[in-house]
Amino acid sequence: MDNLTSTPVPSDGPIGFFQSMLDSIISQIPFWQDILLPALWDGLWVTMQLVIMTAPLGFLLGLLVAVSRVYGPAPVKWLAQLYVIFFRGCPLLVLLFILYFGLPSIGIVLGSFMSALVGFILCNSAYNSEYLRGALQSIKRGQLLAARSLGMTKAQGVLYVVVPQALRRALPGVSNEFIYLIKYSSLAYVVAVIELTGAAKIIASKYFMYFEAFAAVGIFYLVLVTITTFGVTWLEKKYAIPGVSGAAVKTEKGK
Amino acid sequence: MFESISAVTNSAGYILGGVGVTLLLVGLSLFIGFICGIVLTLGQVYGPALVRRFVGVYVWFFRGLPNIVLLFLFYFALFPFMGFDMPAFGVAVTVLGLRSAAYQSQIFRGAIQSLSDGQMLAARSLGMTRWQAIRSIILPQSLRLSLPGWSNEYPVLLTDSSVAYVIGVAELLTRTSQVISRTGEPMILYLTCAVIFILLNYGGMMIIQYVEKKVRIPGFGNNEAECL
Amino acid sequence: MSDVPILKVENLCKSYGDLEVLKSVSFEVRKGEKKVFVGPSGTGKSTLLRCINQLTAPDSGFVYLNGEEIVHSGKKINAYRQKMGMVFQNFNLFDHLTAVRNVELALLKVKKMDRKSAREKAMYELEQVGMADRADFYPAQLSGGQAQRVSIARALAMDPEVMLFDEPTSALDPELKREVMEVMRTLAAQGMTCIVVTHEMKFATSFATEIYLMEKGEIVEHGPPSEIPTSPNFVKTRAFMGSYADE
Ligand SMILES: Nc1ncnc2c1ncn2[C@@H]1O[C@H](COP(=O)(O)OP(=O)(O)OP(=O)(O)O)[C@@H](O)[C@H]1O
Ligand SMILES: [Mg+2]
Repeated sequence: MDNLTSTPVPSDGPIGFFQSMLDSIISQIPFWQDILLPALWDGLWVTMQLVIMTAPLGFLLGLLVAVSRVYGPAPVKWLAQLYVIFFRGCPLLVLLFILYFGLPSIGIVLGSFMSALVGFILCNSAYNSEYLRGALQSIKRGQLLAARSLGMTKAQGVLYVVVPQALRRALPGVSNEFIYLIKYSSLAYVVAVIELTGAAKIIASKYFMYFEAFAAVGIFYLVLVTITTFGVTWLEKKYAIPGVSGAAVKTEKGK
Repeated sequence: MFESISAVTNSAGYILGGVGVTLLLVGLSLFIGFICGIVLTLGQVYGPALVRRFVGVYVWFFRGLPNIVLLFLFYFALFPFMGFDMPAFGVAVTVLGLRSAAYQSQIFRGAIQSLSDGQMLAARSLGMTRWQAIRSIILPQSLRLSLPGWSNEYPVLLTDSSVAYVIGVAELLTRTSQVISRTGEPMILYLTCAVIFILLNYGGMMIIQYVEKKVRIPGFGNNEAECL
Repeated sequence: MSDVPILKVENLCKSYGDLEVLKSVSFEVRKGEKKVFVGPSGTGKSTLLRCINQLTAPDSGFVYLNGEEIVHSGKKINAYRQKMGMVFQNFNLFDHLTAVRNVELALLKVKKMDRKSAREKAMYELEQVGMADRADFYPAQLSGGQAQRVSIARALAMDPEVMLFDEPTSALDPELKREVMEVMRTLAAQGMTCIVVTHEMKFATSFATEIYLMEKGEIVEHGPPSEIPTSPNFVKTRAFMGSYADE
């Protein structure tokens, strides 16, 4: 805001301007090196912990909910449906507030990190369950019938025949959700977890370096998300079954 | 118990006012996202190489960053740096709208690419200009095909809109929190807030489904476009 | 009377990468003539039609419409295209519009007619192809033959001087082929100038004023329908054209 006063207009043309920009960048190096980046690395570690702990649990819980919705007896089905409606419809931020501020008022204290983790798992599982349900329902009835005809119980048929096929079909959705998870993990900041975003915010307000802090944390997220996207695409290709997923056929025509 | 109930009822008006702010935030963001999304898509599909590159970077940027970081970046850094004195609500609408544009443009691009080349050829063979063909053939068709993808955009924006809390926009969640800091009862009030969001979510979806049914065209969209 | 042909194609060439699809194709069409192009798959017949109305840009060569060169006509091409109606193998009806709106759309947007006269004109053209009773049906609700008749009406509505047909019947069942051919015959009887690509030999011989045999991007032979089907060239290539129906 105070650019005009803080950066004096150079009198000796473009070279001087360049010089003064360079100076101001060099003068910032200690700030980046000693303060901002170390804080962000610590934050990154917390973000990774949140994401890596949420992903498998959110997936398994999602699978449980999906199987309950498709194959469970009526009351279980309804319960699973209610679960999905609530945790998909409730903004994650509101959920985190319920866990962090609401639960203590009825005597359950989870703490910052736990509140975030539980919130993420509940939300992530609800979204995953929708992809998994769609995938389960897309497997032809004949598959389960064939399994039953071999003498498997319904549970065995679902577990050994239907679920493995469905998992491959749900992979694109689930891996998309994983990428969302990385981004939504930033909400943990609001319940006082000092992950990437939290770390950046603290430094930004402490040193009045808003632009630098948020630009830097933005780059962290972009790199994280981009690498993960590549990884996920690679995984999807590797585990594609010819003729099963929709991604198999390429029909792009040159213009 | 009586206290809690009166806490809810006393502040009901204020909290419900937040519903209006939330819906306005969502509505404006959807609208901005729609307009900018169409422009981005047309640039990406029909534009010159430089424009296509720009759209690619735009989409990568807005889809790669968390909402909260985008809000902080625009609110504390970008807008002040550029000398805009934008109120928090305006920042939230801008950020959510530009972000939604990135997502909407990709929904839209998928739809355009699924149309058969023959539609454009037939239009041009009748003497339409490229722009006429885009306007009266490609857009109406791809907009309809995009509807299912879009019905997803509303709940996403609705739940995301609560993030505007972090820059103090007086929407539903912010107001709920303000009331809680005065009267206590976090559990009941946050649950109420959750239920309101859920109702808005499913209510909105019902309206969208109704619209989808209204603009349906027999045999269009549910069968693969023929391309022999 | 006039010496200027409606359409004149001169040394048209087109390659896709290394593949030469058209190798210097030339011919002329005069008013009322019916030129029918036959030949094996992939010899560039569709490409030729598209190069005529510039849906595909040729690499070199010229196309004259009523004596005016149109390959390098820039924006004016949209006006020229109206004079060359095109009918596609797979119809390409606008899937989001009813039959009558398919026909009237270009009248409104390109010819800038008012709604009432556009609707009248569209209904008239639909009647000509026997589709007036299906005016409010969407493409997906029409049979292939009906859809193709609507697409003919759509092209006719622009009052073209020449019609380009690219295998108009090959996506259709035999029964439906006949109704489309019937429409084309009526059109021909009214004096419409036509360029037709087809695999239907019997139709070709009865419809054409002249048949062109294309092979590997070149016109290898042309002549009246009484000669071509028995020419040595045709008999030779015919062996490679399994799909040619005698009917
Ligand atoms: N857009 C394109 N890009 C690359 N190659 C093309 C393109 N369009 C056509 N071709 C090639 O050009 C050749 C001629 O195609 P064209 O469609 O003109 O043949 P055709 O004589 O109409 O065949 P058919 O009887 O099967 O319709 C084919 O080998 C085809 O693969
Ligand atoms: Mg062809």
